Amino acid sequence: MDARRVPRTVTDPKVRQVGFFAPVAPLDGSPSGPLRPTTPSPPVSGNSLSPVMIPLPRHLSSDNAPLSPLNAGGGDSFLPVGSYNPSEFSSPTATEDFSEDNFSKDTGWILNDNSGKIATSLTPGGADKAAVKQNTHSASGLTPGITDGGPPTEVQKEQAPVSSMPLKEKTTKAERRALQEAQRAAKASATAGGSKKSVAASAVVTSANANPKKVAKAPPQKKDSSSVAASEKRAGDRQTDKDRKKDVPHPRMQFDDEDRVEKAKKRSVVKQTEARNRVELFRHLPQYEHGTRLADLESKFFQLDPVHPAVYKVGLRFLSGDISGGNARCIAMLQAFQESIKDYSTRLEKTLIEKWDLPAKINGYVSFLIECRPLSISMGNAIRFLKTQIAELPLTMSESEAKASLLSDINRFINEKIILADKVIVRHAVTKIRDGDVLLTYGSSSVVEMIFLCAHELGKQFQVVIVDSRPKHEGKMLLRRLVGKGVSCTYTHINAISYIMHEVTRVFLGASSVLSNGTVYSRVGTASVAMVAHQFHVPVLVCCEAYKFHKRVQLDSICFNELGDPDAIARVSGKEDINYLDDWTSSENLQLLNLTYDATPSDYTSMIITEYGMIPPTSVPVIVQEYGGEHLWI
Amino acid sequence: MPDVNSLVNEFLIKLKKRKIEGSKATAKLTAELLRSFISQKRLPHTNQAGALIDAVKAVGEELINANPVELAVGNIVRRVLHIIREEDLSLTTAAVGGLSLSAESDNEDDVDQGDHPALSAAAVAAAARSTLRPPSLQTLLEDMPHSTAVPQTSSSGGDSEGKSKSADKNLMTRKLKHNVIEAVNELIQDISTCHELIAEQAVEHIHQNEVILTLGSSRTVTEFLCAAKEKKRSFRVFVAEGAPRYQGHALAKELAARGLQTTVITDSAVFAMISRVNMVIVGAHAVMANGGVIAPVGLNMVALAAQRHAVPFVVLAGVHKLCPLYPHNPEVLLNELKSPSELLDFGEFSDCLDFGCGSGSPLLHVVNPAFDYVPPNLVSLFITDTGGHNPSYMYRLLTDYYSPDDLVVRRRSTS
Repeated sequence: MDARRVPRTVTDPKVRQVGFFAPVAPLDGSPSGPLRPTTPSPPVSGNSLSPVMIPLPRHLSSDNAPLSPLNAGGGDSFLPVGSYNPSEFSSPTATEDFSEDNFSKDTGWILNDNSGKIATSLTPGGADKAAVKQNTHSASGLTPGITDGGPPTEVQKEQAPVSSMPLKEKTTKAERRALQEAQRAAKASATAGGSKKSVAASAVVTSANANPKKVAKAPPQKKDSSSVAASEKRAGDRQTDKDRKKDVPHPRMQFDDEDRVEKAKKRSVVKQTEARNRVELFRHLPQYEHGTRLADLESKFFQLDPVHPAVYKVGLRFLSGDISGGNARCIAMLQAFQESIKDYSTRLEKTLIEKWDLPAKINGYVSFLIECRPLSISMGNAIRFLKTQIAELPLTMSESEAKASLLSDINRFINEKIILADKVIVRHAVTKIRDGDVLLTYGSSSVVEMIFLCAHELGKQFQVVIVDSRPKHEGKMLLRRLVGKGVSCTYTHINAISYIMHEVTRVFLGASSVLSNGTVYSRVGTASVAMVAHQFHVPVLVCCEAYKFHKRVQLDSICFNELGDPDAIARVSGKEDINYLDDWTSSENLQLLNLTYDATPSDYTSMIITEYGMIPPTSVPVIVQEYGGEHLWI
Repeated sequence: MPDVNSLVNEFLIKLKKRKIEGSKATAKLTAELLRSFISQKRLPHTNQAGALIDAVKAVGEELINANPVELAVGNIVRRVLHIIREEDLSLTTAAVGGLSLSAESDNEDDVDQGDHPALSAAAVAAAARSTLRPPSLQTLLEDMPHSTAVPQTSSSGGDSEGKSKSADKNLMTRKLKHNVIEAVNELIQDISTCHELIAEQAVEHIHQNEVILTLGSSRTVTEFLCAAKEKKRSFRVFVAEGAPRYQGHALAKELAARGLQTTVITDSAVFAMISRVNMVIVGAHAVMANGGVIAPVGLNMVALAAQRHAVPFVVLAGVHKLCPLYPHNPEVLLNELKSPSELLDFGEFSDCLDFGCGSGSPLLHVVNPAFDYVPPNLVSLFITDTGGHNPSYMYRLLTDYYSPDDLVVRRRSTS
């Protein structure tokens, strides 16, 4: 964004309409009004929606301003912490009255079915009201959910694995042994006097508290993205920028630069062993051993003072793959930040000018999360939003006010940018489903699932083709949920895409991000699906919330990507006879590459469905330009 | 000859049960079966070639119907038929060219058997000669005076006809059979050595530091890459694993063991990686007459990605994979749906597999096709044992191996 650009004024709530539009009232900002179709009819009639409606950014937010996370009984405006079930939000029959039993069902969005129970126990008051959560919080500085019944204060190291056990779904014997070894080692080093780790940890704390300069710089975006924020920033903050850039693991750090990697390693909380047999083409991306990190991190749970327990827990779940999917990860991260903000206090109970090191803390958390798993672009956007909010707090504000304001800001972000956006997207997308359609989707996208369920509940007759791929097989979960709801499904693997595409009438895809050259950055394989659909002249509809848009451009999938665990490729689940690659690390000529994302060229995309309307991929830069700063402003 | 019949039946059952798969294995087994069939076949004294062709056609039809998707079976049957025809013709020409007497007698048989008894033996001989010889300018010119000379030859050889007839017959029968079996042996030899011939061409196509992508596994591809490696080329190979059989794992292991830099990728990452690939080299299941390829599932996706990035898409195929048929709706008609258990665990989804919602139709379908059709415009080059060819040349290459009469292998309806 142009730094000199005049910030958008907030006075006139006019609505600009672009493209085709019907003379109907545009989306108004009230969260429940238009999104609560009690009768199936309104979304079906395509006329009621103009293809592109661009309300002025401020408009949406003004109605929701007085949201507070603390008034838990706030009906539909209240956001359940940790549990978000898309189907309940999306279904046309669902009312705005989200009762308790809705919340207590922890399925869908964040959690896989099989890990549901575990996750529930982990979520800090996941289904509870915020008030309850606060109580538990003030009771102990440690995380409430994890230490179920455990001693709330200082715990011996032996207890660490016990309490953290439920984090893992299964603990194999080997893992347990590794854990024990790690503990023993930790104990030994502790008894040796002046345990290095704790010293180091405390050093980090003091340094973090003393001068925020040394702390990690988190957001993947350029600092000067918000002109207003920059102008209001504290002078000290300005100086820190340079320092941060120097010695902090930038999310897009180039890992072939050895000096930086060394530096980053020294700082890192997570022990990263470099993977053997690294793929030459991807040396610029982190390639670490995956197996050891989780156990190692778990064993260190109680030694890590600088990282807030809630953040720590979310990091662990990112690492274990417990939370996946762009929206789920983003929500989990923001909620963890909320927890940490609640617990945050400056030393002196005064105004913000003194001892305000929250940005530094957040930076530390973010770099910790990056070590667990590289941030997605949507998370980067969310962090940028949060930091802008922090930077914009008036200096005279008292601490409690500031905290309350931040908490409500985060809540609003989650609510409007993710939950409401999804509802609007569903409303748009459902108009594109006709009776007799065969809809293809790839992998498991939360918003696409909501679309299918919504269309199904509207009584549309259609079939779903779920295309899946190794190694995650996310489609199986989606298949199970859709079939459970009575949607007729066909399941196949990605190689058969050319075979099945003959019968398909529309392709619905989710996206991790949409870049401003129209490239859709999504789960690996999406590009192939879109390509084949394009070849067969089947429309490709990409569903993506606008907060995932990014002004970066990318042409291929190699310059920026994320590498998954290579061992996941060597094993073929359910086929024990395919074991050629069991000892793949022994041969130095052999590498396994587990890409996570790929970039779909914009010409394969027929339409991108966002909450701002249905746009062609060429209009993505427009959205980015017009609304790129919006999430700084809501 | 009950043993041959039992052999045939056994092979049929194996084909039907899909115990034998892979075009090379089936091709070889089919050729061996036909060889033993021919060697045991008793031929009548008259018109051995026609009888043999009919017999082979009868067996061939059964074999083809046993597994219509395995096009190699049909290819081999047609090639054997072609061999029989060729041997018959070459014997005939030899007879016509050398001994006019025997040629006379031989041709008389043809006339007896044929539908045109009115034609004189000499005229048939002339016609045969003109068709048998390669069409050169000389034969075209010779044609006219030859036909005028016909009556004289026929009249001169008339008296000695009766004596030499029976002896000639025996010789001819044995010779035909012998030649056919020799030729089938050659065919079997060709099939088993085709990948060596293909691999010899590897250095012509792979240069230093090349990045090659392949999907799944094929013996031919393995040999091809290894041959290039043995010739001291150093290059890098990306292997897509090739769901649902994951043969790419085995290929990757073998290539790495041979010292090639090998990277295994998932099938979904093909599009992401293809921009860094110089060449796609894959095997095929069958090559159709229009230059289209019936290939292991997933290759159409790879070919499209290769086309998008202008990466050459090279198909390695032994000659036994060339099918003289033109495909019609090959994605469906020349495809085979495999067991869903390769994709979904039955136990895992047993609760969803029931007939749901009272509508009578199951809610869950699983599609697991075995093959993909790659249209000819996506293929850059075919490399066969005889060299490299364009897809557009395939129809012409086929005429070397198949006779147009055999395209439809069906017993002549005995009316």
